[in-house]
This record gives sequence, C-alpha cells and structure tokens, in this order.
Amino acid sequence: MSAALLDALLLAGGYNAIVVALGCAAFGLAAGSLGCFVLLRGRALVADAAAHATLPGVALAFILTALLGGDVRSLPLLLTGGAASASLGVLAVGALTRGGRLRDDAAMALVLSISFGLGVVLLSVVQSLPVGGQAGLKGFILGQAAGMSAFDAQLIGALALLAVLLLAALFRPLAVLCFDREFAAAVGLPVRLLDLALMGLMLAVTVAGLRAVGLVLVVGLMVIPAATARLATERLAVMVLLAGLLGAFAAWLGAGLSATLPGLPTGATIVLVACALFVLTLVFAPRRGVLAFAWRQAQLSLVTARDHALRTAFEARESEAPGQLAAWAELGRGAGWSAWQRALLPWWVRQAGLATTEAAGGVALTPAGLALARDLTRRHRLWEHYLQSAGGLPPGTAHHAADEVEHTLPPEVAREAEAWLRRHDPDRLGPVDGLPPPGETGMKRP
Amino acid sequence: MTEFLQLDLAPMLAATLACLACGLLGNLLLLTRQSLLGDAISHAVLPGIVAGFWVSGTRAAAPMVAGAMAAAVGATLLIALVRSRARLEPGAAMGVVFSGFFALGLVLIEVSGAHAVDLDVDCVLYGQLEALIWPAATGPGSLLDPVALAEFPAEAKTLALVLLLILGLLALLWKELRLAAFDPDFARSIGFAPRALSLLVLVMVSVACVAAFWAVGSILVIAALVAPAAIARLLTDAYARQFLLSGAAALAMGAGGYWAAALAPRVLGLDHGLNAAGMMAVTAGLLLVGACLLGRRGPAGRAQRRVAIPVRAPAAAE
Repeated sequence: MSAALLDALLLAGGYNAIVVALGCAAFGLAAGSLGCFVLLRGRALVADAAAHATLPGVALAFILTALLGGDVRSLPLLLTGGAASASLGVLAVGALTRGGRLRDDAAMALVLSISFGLGVVLLSVVQSLPVGGQAGLKGFILGQAAGMSAFDAQLIGALALLAVLLLAALFRPLAVLCFDREFAAAVGLPVRLLDLALMGLMLAVTVAGLRAVGLVLVVGLMVIPAATARLATERLAVMVLLAGLLGAFAAWLGAGLSATLPGLPTGATIVLVACALFVLTLVFAPRRGVLAFAWRQAQLSLVTARDHALRTAFEARESEAPGQLAAWAELGRGAGWSAWQRALLPWWVRQAGLATTEAAGGVALTPAGLALARDLTRRHRLWEHYLQSAGGLPPGTAHHAADEVEHTLPPEVAREAEAWLRRHDPDRLGPVDGLPPPGETGMKRP
Repeated sequence: MTEFLQLDLAPMLAATLACLACGLLGNLLLLTRQSLLGDAISHAVLPGIVAGFWVSGTRAAAPMVAGAMAAAVGATLLIALVRSRARLEPGAAMGVVFSGFFALGLVLIEVSGAHAVDLDVDCVLYGQLEALIWPAATGPGSLLDPVALAEFPAEAKTLALVLLLILGLLALLWKELRLAAFDPDFARSIGFAPRALSLLVLVMVSVACVAAFWAVGSILVIAALVAPAAIARLLTDAYARQFLLSGAAALAMGAGGYWAAALAPRVLGLDHGLNAAGMMAVTAGLLLVGACLLGRRGPAGRAQRRVAIPVRAPAAAE
C-alpha cells in the first residue's frame, strides 16, 4: 500500500495517474486562491448553495444525453448542466430574499437543500434508465478521483488554470472590491460587473471540482485553505498565493491517498488534509496561533507579576529604613504572585540582574533594578493620578484600575496622560521627571 | 392493504414525523435568524452519529444522540474559536468547521467499517426510509395488536418521542421563545437568558438531526428544518399562525413527498419508485414557490407593497 501511495504522490503511477494528480492539484490551486476572495467578499455560503445546486443539472444532463443517444460519460456535457443549474440556484437565492421576508441565510439553506433533493430524485430516475454509467454520477456528490480519465483531468486542469489566470488579471480591482465595496464604487470600478465576475469564477471552479471533490465538500476546499492562509499572514497577495499552494497540496495528497485506499471518498480525504493543515496553523501560527496567543498571555502575566514585585520593593525602600530588606516571600505577597510565579520569578529577576538575595534573605535591588523599579512606580502613580483626576475614580479604585492599564497601554498613551495632567492638574505630579507622590493619599494599600 | 402496512406505513409515518419535528423546530431557527445553524449542525453531527454507531454497533438511539450532541457542541465551540482567531465572518467560520466535520464523518464511516453493517454513505445522502419495513403486519388488525406493534420499526417510535419532546418544549417556552424571537434586546434586559435558549436550540436541533437521519439523511434534513418555517413566514406575520402553517407544510412535505415518490409511480403503473427523501424536498420546493406567489397577493404582500410606495416630494418645495 505504501509503495502504491508513494507512486501516486511522486507521479510515478503511469501517464493517467500523473495527469489525474496534476489535474486535481490545479483545481486545488484555483479553489484555494479564489477562496480568499470568496471568503473576504462573504460569499462562502452562496458557494456552498451553488455547489449543491449543480446536482439537478448534472443529473438532467445525463438524462437528456441518454435520451438523445449521446455519450453519458461526457464530462463537458455534465459540467455544463451543473453550471446551468448552479446559476439558477444563485438567482433563486436572490429571488427568495427580494421580498424581504426571508433573510439570505434561510434562502441559501432552502436553495441548497431543495435543489439537492431535486437532484436526488433525478438520480433515482437515472437509475431506471436502460443505459450504463449511472454509478459514475455518484462520484459527483462525494468526489471520485479513481477512474478519472486523462481527458477529464486535462479538462479540469484547463478550467482551473483559466480561472487562476483570470483571477491574476483581476487581482487589483477584486482586492479593492473585497475590502471596501463603497470605495471601489467611488473610484469608478464597475462593482456589479466585478461581483458578477467573482460569481462566474466561483461557479467555474465549483463545477471544475465536482468530479474530484464532489459537490458536498467543494466549498470546503475554497474556504479552508483561505482561512488557513488568513491565520498565517496579513497581506492579501501572500494570502492568495499561500491559499492556492495549500489547496493544491491538499488536493494532490488527498487524491493520492484516496486512489491507494479504495473506498475512501476522494472529496472527504482532500478536505480532511486541508483541515489538518488548518488545525496545525491554528495552533502554531506565529502571530495569530493559539500557542502564540497563550505564550503572549503567559509572558504578560509574568512581566506584570515582576513589575508589581519591583514596585513593592521600591516603595518599601521609600517608606522604611533603607537597611531593612523585604524577603522574596513578602514581595510576592505584596504583588499577588501565584504558585508558579513564586517558583520562577526570584530566579528570573536575579538572572536579569535586577536584584540580588542578601545573606539574611532580604532582596536588594541592583542599580539597574532600582532604575527600572523607579520607572515602574512612576508610571503606576501617573496612571493613578490621571484616573483620579480625569476619570474621577476614587483612590482605591484608581489603584486597581492603574494595575490593569499600565501593562497593556503603550508608552505614547502614558505620555499623553502625563501631558494632560501637566496641563489640567499639575499639583498632583510634582517636578517634571520627578516621582509623583503615591496616588492613594490617605488610603492604606489593601 | 397489507402491502401498504408492511412496506409503506412505517416509512410514511417516519417521514411525516421527521418533517414535523424538524419543521416546528425550524421556526425557532428562522425567527431567531439562525437558519445557518441548522445547516451547520446537520453536517457537523455526522462524525458523532458514526462514532455512536461504531461504539454501540447498533442503531440504538442513545449513543448516537450522545455522539451527535457532543459533535454539535464541539463544532459550535470551534466555530467561535475560528471566528476569533482567523477573524472570519460567521458564515465562513461555519463553512470551515462543518465541512471538516462532515469529511471526518464520511472517512469514519469507511474506517470504522460501519458500511459493512448498516450505515453507509447512501444513508448519509438520502436516508434509508425503505429499510423501515413492518413485516409483522398481517392486516388492519395489526394496528391494534400489541405483539405486531412491538415489531414496528424503532426509528419511527423514536421520531414520535422526539416530536412529543419538541411539542412539549414549545408549549412550555411558548411566551419566552416569542419574546426572544421578536424582541431579543428586551428579552435580555428583563433577564431572560438568550444563551440558555441558544444552547437549548442547539441541543434540540442536534437531537432532531439524529432522529431524522435515518429518514432523510444529513443534507435533506436542512430542507425539513428550514422549508416549512420559510413557507409559513411567506404567508403570515402572526406568531401562532406561523407554527400552525409550518406544521401543515411539514405534514404535506413528509406525507405528500413520500406519496409522490413511492405510491404515485405505482398508481401510474411504473415499476420504479423515486427517491422519497429527495421528493420530500421537491414537495417543499413546490410549496415554497406556491407560498411565494400567494404571499405577494395575500395581506402580508399588500402591506409590503404599501410600504414600498415611494413618498413623493411636495411640489411646493421647488
């Protein structure tokens, strides 16, 4: 099995297998890159409804071809039928919402399910026709790359590459349309025509994918690579390229897997590969990933805990005899450290050269630690005063609110707050660059 | 008659019950603007159904319902995560999650070998109404015969139970649901929990999806969930009438669809029946077209036309 899989993936399985793998990959490229625009324009579910609406057209094309004595396996005829009924489906969504009584989500669900039902009924008519080839039609629902002819794969690949070329030609205007339709209209772009072009490309890619991925899951290969790329990058051009590559990879690997493991529906395998890539990116993406997010949160909470302890140490120096040093445990209590922070922070602070532990267990700030602690204390008091003066908060509340904002608001905002205080309430601050008095005058710290 | 009892009564009943259960529930989805949720859940519960089937090895309802609920809740949480992390609009996040779940379900069917037993891809796509036969029936007397009734397909009995559950829920929460549907802001301000309601709707929709799975499959259940409510919505603005009309539409869709697919061809002398689940969706489509045409002429449409008349600027303003 593994040798056969390797053959399928390395394009060593004979001419037909190579063409099929390349055709699927071309389709994945088109679906992934177009998917970015479909996603950003909010058309994902219309694409799903349109894909389901291809079934009656495909079945009807089969029936008509059979009645006229043509070749019922002719992919161009079947796909033309699918495209026609999908267009009708898209028009039906518009017609259903026109009255204003049904919202577009209901209209899309209706078109999707009813046209699929019609297709299923027509399929049962197909079963009773006295011709062969009915079994192939089922491949259009869930995808069946196995047994695809080289001609079919070439047709799919040609359709997909045509869509990619059109997309590249329309990249600029489509990007403007997706980000701001009103702006696009204001600068004179033909927005209705562009929307129509996007819809046309979507239909073309959908029917191109019917044979390989199937109508139920074709929308998955448009949406999932695009969503994956969106997690990884902020730039549209990179996103489109990345989504196209991801789609191509998923289609190629999925088609190869399902070709070697008969029974595995091709569409489902391709979509699962795309999903696995999505989940990996969701977890590991450098900036938007779940892990990166958790890491930033942990970092923030660690820095916050450190800053509070340094402030506590600094304020203890201010009030008490300078010779008396607080121990780590006391500092941790004052700063509200959690268990793991108690274990980690003394080591980290010492390692960073901010403090040393003296013989009696007292914590002595180094010159660097002292400077940092003074800055932190100053920042905190600044916020306390600002929140009391500008925000009208009572002293205790201002102290806690300052704890919340001082670690997350950027320095520019803190400078603005200071400038405001200098203008409106200079008495609170004392000399420029000096240390303001504690913000909760007359209050004992909780 | 005996043939009808043996071959057609149970599927027809199951189809009707499934449409009624889903159709009445669909009103909640439509009125709270969550029709997409039905779409998403019906796809997302598939891996749960297959896993439940795999674990228990039978068509017993409980493990499948449990699996489906877990899958529905898991999918909903994932949709929220994907929305916030990937900054996607809800429709796109749903598309990502439910196509992934559906694909997983399809692959699970193959991997678990469920297809060798009873559950195959065809069942997912079109349901398995024709499997609901009642061979114990010997004549009209069987309908009153407890021994024969014990052999009646369990799927139909489960559906009846689910329908009762949904009717009970609607009766119990009649006023609350009405408030949540028509004035969600006010409902929230007086302390009525919309979160609890959405969880309840989620759970009920996943139960209905499992119950209707054998009758119509995973995709056509969307028609049963959305179409009756939409048909009623086109015809009325009254809350109670909305439920009555959708019930009637569901009845017509289930019984009429089955009749048109299985019995009408026989009456016409054709030896080939049509797909019943598909025909139910087609019936719903015809009813929808009728409701569209009728709705424009009816009182609702007239009110709309009146609003739509543009206000003419007074001539004196020139």
